[in-house]
Amino acid sequence: MANLTLVQAINLALVQEMEKDDRVILLGEDVGLNGGVFRVTEGLQKRFGADRVVDTPLAESGIIGTAIGLAMGGLRPVPEIQFEGFLGPAYDQICSHAARMRTRTRGGLTVPLTIRVPVGGGIHAPELHSDSPEAIYIHTPGLKVVMPSSPYDAKGLLIACLRDPDPCIFFEPKRIYRAFREEVPEDEYVLPIGKARTVCEGEEMTIVSWGASVVQCMQAIEKSGRSIELIDLRTLYPFDMDAVETSVKKTGRCVIVHEAPKTGGFGGEIAARIMERCFLHLEAPVQRVAGFDTIMPYYKLELDYLPDADRIAKAIDETAAY
Amino acid sequence: MPITTALSTEIKRISILDEHGQFDESLGKGLIPDADLVRLYEDMALCRKLDEVAFKLQRSGRMGTYPQNMGQEANSLGAAYVLNQDDWLVTCYRENCGLFHRGLPPEKILLHWMGDERGNHIDPNLCVTPIAVPIGTQMLHATGLAWASKYRKESRIACTFFGDGATSEGDFHEAMNFAANLDIPVVFFCQNNHWAISVPGRIQCSAPTVAQRALAYGMDTIQCDGNDIFAVVHCMKEATAHAREHGRPYFIEGVTYRLGDHTTADDARRYRDEEEVELWRQRDPITRVREFMKARGLWDDSKEAALAEKVETETAAIVQRAEGIEAPDSSDFFTSMFAELPEDLQLQMRTRRTSSIGEDPSQITTPEPARG
Repeated sequence: MANLTLVQAINLALVQEMEKDDRVILLGEDVGLNGGVFRVTEGLQKRFGADRVVDTPLAESGIIGTAIGLAMGGLRPVPEIQFEGFLGPAYDQICSHAARMRTRTRGGLTVPLTIRVPVGGGIHAPELHSDSPEAIYIHTPGLKVVMPSSPYDAKGLLIACLRDPDPCIFFEPKRIYRAFREEVPEDEYVLPIGKARTVCEGEEMTIVSWGASVVQCMQAIEKSGRSIELIDLRTLYPFDMDAVETSVKKTGRCVIVHEAPKTGGFGGEIAARIMERCFLHLEAPVQRVAGFDTIMPYYKLELDYLPDADRIAKAIDETAAY
Repeated sequence: MPITTALSTEIKRISILDEHGQFDESLGKGLIPDADLVRLYEDMALCRKLDEVAFKLQRSGRMGTYPQNMGQEANSLGAAYVLNQDDWLVTCYRENCGLFHRGLPPEKILLHWMGDERGNHIDPNLCVTPIAVPIGTQMLHATGLAWASKYRKESRIACTFFGDGATSEGDFHEAMNFAANLDIPVVFFCQNNHWAISVPGRIQCSAPTVAQRALAYGMDTIQCDGNDIFAVVHCMKEATAHAREHGRPYFIEGVTYRLGDHTTADDARRYRDEEEVELWRQRDPITRVREFMKARGLWDDSKEAALAEKVETETAAIVQRAEGIEAPDSSDFFTSMFAELPEDLQLQMRTRRTSSIGEDPSQITTPEPARG
């Protein structure tokens, strides 16, 4: 066991899979010599060579488009898009091709690739370096969408993505890249895609969240002093509705927390599923604490935008009082 | 004759004042009047000083990530000098010098990197677009802006800036293709500074020049020493004349160098040799103008000392204006969303700190009896 940050845990997962499987190659802007702008791929080019850790031209559509070709050609490419705000040019390739190729060819051609993308706010970054676009990709059939909230989960989930036969988007919450360390086993392990983690058990209420917001939820729960069950979804598509259902049937109350804008956010889908499956068990309306329906502000105001422990605690109190 | 030559061409390269002080009189004489040259030199000195100050602000936690302009000042400055005041100047994020010359208050740039959108709230009469963070995207906007001028039969043109990295993006090629095929008077100015963060230019373009990419679109093109303000001005005059007279686009590759890190979040020592950086320090665009002016009797040490004092005072005042602005209210990120805010958004704005969910808190605090 080693005490690792999320960045180090991802690096370790990449090292182990690359050692095991020579079909795994990394590509992207600055991922090679520079080890990525967040140093996630630090040392990998030196270790595995420039033909397996490739600095590409500055072209997101090119990175994903060629990765699709590499994947159809039998490799396991792991393209990196430097920040979620730069997914735009790659959208066409991700949604028009990566997501559709298996279905389009009725299984004749498949696209086993894992797109690594730093995501979310809270790090004082410039514009288009702090957004949370996961709902767009959850809403695109054919993609698996994963977002870890801890170093341990990051390693196991990334290995699951790298071995998955279909395209995965692996969102890495930058705010917790180095925020804390955790014991991470040296040995390889897989955390299954589609399985949530119960962060803490409780009786009064369920909170569902993912990514960096999980940390804010933990703070809010501590602040509230109530018995609250926190579910970290870990994977957003497919997502573990069974875990949510079991918990909400037990507690009767639910708050969903995410950084992304509220309208059209994934919280709405979870709330609808709870309505479908837990309606008669609900003691209060399902609440959402989310980003506002605005452009993510520049950093002076980013903490006013992101759900924080105060806002979550307020939702907890309101939901409990209902 | 089964084999003929379909195309044979060449790329001109312009250098007027080189780093050794060699000055080409045939091209350079009368190109920039003495008084203007002094002004341009002072502009570059201010921009360089502000870069130093901004770097220190970031390091001391008073500003977020900042991209230095150091070494590239002559490119955007030469362009802004030649353009008319109502021509569009469509930049990315390393064109401070040209923007200041145009009249953009320098504190606007600081405010932007201090994480404050008010830095982008720019007087529309300046005809500049805000800092473009996604790479190469603004080239299409410049093409559209120039297209609008053409449609209205105005004489205004657009000039857009981008780096060597941007030449890999699809938008670069689309902008060039639109402008060439639809006859749009836009000047494409590539600041080839050799590095896209850690990725060297040869990964973006394996042809000997970036300028030749324009040929494939049937566009006139030229390469210049981007650290030579005279060469930049010469090429911009050619380009703007071409755009205005023929209504056609023109491409300029300014060969320059990013002397600093990509941004303050970067450490260029990880991926490039100090010898290379040192070589380019010798080619500094500011030093050569100073030496040239001294040789011509336009400048001396006492003027230099006075300028140093002036830029010190000015940059301090700029920082004071940027930091002195009142803290933004969190309603700021709502109010500019639409010309008229939808009701739902108005509600979110009103209740942003009083309710966890942006709804009417009265619904929550005075609940009906629980059902279920």
